[in-house]
Amino acid sequence: MSLDKDAVRRIARLARLNVPEDELASVAGELTGILAWIEQLNEVDTGNVAPLSSVSDVTLPLRTDKVTDGGIAERVLANAPGGAVWLEPQDRHAGGFFAVPKVVE
Amino acid sequence: MSALTDLSVAELSAAMASRKASALEVADAHIARMEQHRGLNAFIAETPDRAREMARASDARRARGEAGLLEGVPLGIKDLFCTEGVATTAGSHVLEGFVPTYESTVTANLWKAGAVLMGKTNLDEFAMGSSNMTSHFGGVENPWKRRGENRKLVPGGSSGGSAAVVAARIVPGSTGTDTGGSIRQPAAFCGIVGLKPTYGRCSRWGVVAFASSLDQPGPFARSVEDTALLLQAMSGHDPKDSTSAPLAVPDFVAAARNPAIKGLKIGIPCEYRVDGTSPEIVALWEKGVAMMRDAGAEPVEVSLPHTRYALPAYYIVAPAECSSNLARYDGVRYGLRVPGKDLTEMYSNTRGAGFGKEVRRRILIGTYVLSAGYYDAYYRKAQQVRALIARDFTQAFERCDVLLTPTAPTAAFAAGDKMDDPVTMYLNDMFTIPASMAGLPGISVPAGLDKDGLPLGLQLIGRAFDETTLLGAAAALERAAGFTARAEGY
Repeated sequence: MSLDKDAVRRIARLARLNVPEDELASVAGELTGILAWIEQLNEVDTGNVAPLSSVSDVTLPLRTDKVTDGGIAERVLANAPGGAVWLEPQDRHAGGFFAVPKVVE
Repeated sequence: MSALTDLSVAELSAAMASRKASALEVADAHIARMEQHRGLNAFIAETPDRAREMARASDARRARGEAGLLEGVPLGIKDLFCTEGVATTAGSHVLEGFVPTYESTVTANLWKAGAVLMGKTNLDEFAMGSSNMTSHFGGVENPWKRRGENRKLVPGGSSGGSAAVVAARIVPGSTGTDTGGSIRQPAAFCGIVGLKPTYGRCSRWGVVAFASSLDQPGPFARSVEDTALLLQAMSGHDPKDSTSAPLAVPDFVAAARNPAIKGLKIGIPCEYRVDGTSPEIVALWEKGVAMMRDAGAEPVEVSLPHTRYALPAYYIVAPAECSSNLARYDGVRYGLRVPGKDLTEMYSNTRGAGFGKEVRRRILIGTYVLSAGYYDAYYRKAQQVRALIARDFTQAFERCDVLLTPTAPTAAFAAGDKMDDPVTMYLNDMFTIPASMAGLPGISVPAGLDKDGLPLGLQLIGRAFDETTLLGAAAALERAAGFTARAEGY
C-alpha cells in the first residue's frame, strides 16, 4: 500500500491534525515505508483466529449507578486554555463552562 | 557509612530506621546530586521544595512510629504520571503548562508508603520512542559512555530520564511506564534493573494514556530487591481502573530476597536468535543460560513461532489506540490552544503545533488503520496476530516457568543515530514487544559489559501475575552475574 500526498491530507483531516503542505510528501514516504513493513503480517494465516482486544481475563466490573464524586467544577476547569465561564461567579460549586471560540453565527 | 546517594532503597531504609540519617538529610543529599548532574537533562521538573516538605513529614511520621515501606525514600517520577499541583507534560508541547488537580493512583500509593518526590523525569513524547530523543524538552544523556569516547549516548526510551537518574545515583529508584519495552530497554541501556509488571497489576489511573491495552507502570532500581520494594508499594487493585486486576498483592520483597530457582525450568525461545543482534549480546545470553543452569535451574528449548510478527502487529495496535487516546488534545479543556478561523481549524492548528513528529506519525498511522475500508485489513488482522502471540506464550509456559532472552538487540546507541528511518528505531524493541502484546511481566537485569564498556541486560519473562517467580529468578541471575560496574564519573 502506497500513500500519496492526497491520502495523507485526507488522513490528517480525519485526525484533525494540521500537516503543513511542504511536509506532506515526506510524511507520505514515511507512512508508506511503515505500512510496507507491516504488510508481512499477511504471511500469517489467521483464518479461524478470534481477535484479541484485551489481555486481561477480567470481565469489566459493574458498580451501582450512583454519584460517587462531584462538586469539583473548579478543579475540572482549572487548566482551561481559554478560561472558564461560571454559572454563578460567586459560587463556583454551581459549575461552569470551558470557553471556546464562537461556533454559531 | 558511604555517601547517602550510593545507598540502595533497602540500605537507605535501614539507615533512616536506625536514625543514622533523617529523611531530610537523605533528600538534601539527593537534591545536591540532582543539581550537580543537571547536564543529563533527565528531569523536566525538579521539585526540591516538595521533596524537603515531604521529607520533613516523613521524619515526623517516623518519630511517631508510623514508618511505611518506603519511608523517606526519594524517587524520580516519569512525567507521564499526574502529580497534583506539579506540572505534568508527557514530554509534549501540547500539555505544557498543565497542572493536574489530582494524583495518579500509583504515585498516591508511593506517597502513602512514605516515598518522597524528587522531580518529574524526562521521556519520549507521550512515551512514544526508544531513545528519549522525541521529547519536546530535548533528549536525555545516558550517564554511560563508550570507553575512551566522549560521544553522548541515549538512555533508551521511553522512560529514559527515569533510567538515567537511577544509574547516575540521583535517586535510588524511579517509576516508568512500559507499552512495548519502555522500562526494560532503558534499564538495559543504563545498567540497572527495570520491571514491567503484568498488565493489570499496577493501576493506570492518572497515567497519561498512550495505548491502553498495553500501558503498564513499573519500577526502576539498582537491584532486584529494590525493584521488588517499589513494586510492592505501587501494586494493587484500583476501582478507578476497570482493567486493574482484583487480586491480592503477593510478597514481592520476600520473593526477591529468596532466589530459589533449584529445579526451575528456564525457557530459551529459539526465535529470539535473530539477525541484527550484536554477537556480544548473543554470547551474554548463552552465558546467562549457563549461569542459571549452574544455579540449579533447568534450561529448556521452547518455540514462540509468531515472535517476528509481534513488532509489526504492535505498530498497528499501539498507533490505533494512540490515535483514539490522543483525540482528547483538542485545545479546549487543557494544554495548548492555537486559534483558527473556526473550531475545526482550532483543533487542527492546536494538534499540528502541539505534537512532535513521532507522535504525529503514530496518530496518522492509527487513524489510517482504523478508517473505513482498512479496519479489517490492518487492525483486525493485528488483533488476530496478537491472539497467536499470546497463545505462543501460553504453550511455552506449559514447558517452562520463566523465559530468558536478551532485553535489546544492541547496547546504548549515540544520540541522533537511528533517526533517519522510523522502522530502524522500532526494531530496538523486538525482544520486549512480544511479552507486551501478551500482557506478561518482564524484567531486565544488568548482566555484563560489552567490549566498549557499555552495560547489557538480559530479560526474564514470567507467567501472568507470577511476578514472584520472576523476581526470584531475577535475583538468582543478578547474584550469578554479579554486575557491579558503574558509569564513569557517577
